[in-house]
Amino acid sequence: MNQIQTSSNKLFALLFAAWIVSMVAMLGSLFFSEIMLFPPCVMCWYQRICMYPLSVILLVALLSNDQNVFKYAMPLVVLGLFFAIYHNLLYFGIVPETLAPCSQGVSCTSDYINWFGFITIQFLSLVAFALIFILLLLIKPKAS
Amino acid sequence: MKKQTLIIASLFVLVLLFVGGSYLYKKADHSVANENASALVRPYAYVLGNPDAKTTIVEFFDPACGTCKSFYPFVKNILKQNPDKLKLVLRYAPFHTDSYYVVAMIEAARLQNKYIEALEVIYKYQDKWASHSAPNIGLIWGFLPEAGIDVEKLRDDMKKPEIDAIIKQDIADTKTLGVNATPEFFVNGKPLVKFGKQELEDLITSEL
Repeated sequence: MNQIQTSSNKLFALLFAAWIVSMVAMLGSLFFSEIMLFPPCVMCWYQRICMYPLSVILLVALLSNDQNVFKYAMPLVVLGLFFAIYHNLLYFGIVPETLAPCSQGVSCTSDYINWFGFITIQFLSLVAFALIFILLLLIKPKAS
Repeated sequence: MKKQTLIIASLFVLVLLFVGGSYLYKKADHSVANENASALVRPYAYVLGNPDAKTTIVEFFDPACGTCKSFYPFVKNILKQNPDKLKLVLRYAPFHTDSYYVVAMIEAARLQNKYIEALEVIYKYQDKWASHSAPNIGLIWGFLPEAGIDVEKLRDDMKKPEIDAIIKQDIADTKTLGVNATPEFFVNGKPLVKFGKQELEDLITSEL
């Protein structure tokens, strides 16, 4: 009984942390685009499409303490993580931008923010997706 | 129950941070910092309007940029309406390929006292020489005589190191000021935060 209680508390803590990360990422990106008026590039939109629903899905899971969240949140996280990694590779010039789907409109490699020389918006996105990815792995139900 | 309280409290704090942050950001002074003020207006820069005017509009432009072209008559008209109070300082942000050479042409035309004439003729035929399918700045040579410019003299003047130095300084200043799109306007050091003709007019009016 006590053990069930402990694991339920641990699940709550992990889910709570994942939800906070997704909320901060969502509100942060909205702050950049709506308040500071940075136009989001195509890659940024793909990552938003994956991140915004997570803030709702994780909240619902949090309210019902649902360990199955792994199944339905992970696909979004993996997709978002893929776009975030690709975006960072673009930014560092490892993938040439001409091959990218963002040659029109706003460039995916322009610097809107650059704190301490390495914290860019796409870096923040990568960190957020990676954190949620790790937290969800810890939540994953043990196969028995 | 305690968990739900924590969730609701977190939600509340996050929303509060967002709203508070927005308020503070909008209220904050976005003017160019004092240490960067010299990057805004250089003594060599071309000035349109009354040089002693109290209100200074600084425009960073690229001759190949369509939006710059469409803003030019708009800003010129505002200058015309306030001939004593306004001046426009023209700075270069040659972000397009080959824009560097077009800017050098404009600067060389200045030595013939044909700065504005050159700029206007270059804008006039922008869709020809800066067409998206086949940009060709070579076409500009054919348009310049229309502005009464001596093209042979211009070709020589373009190579002058002073002109190269001016353009390099302007490019360096775009980096200092964080100009990454054209046209970028500053009115008395205040950047145009939300882009648009109406927004620019409002900003100028508020500084008059």
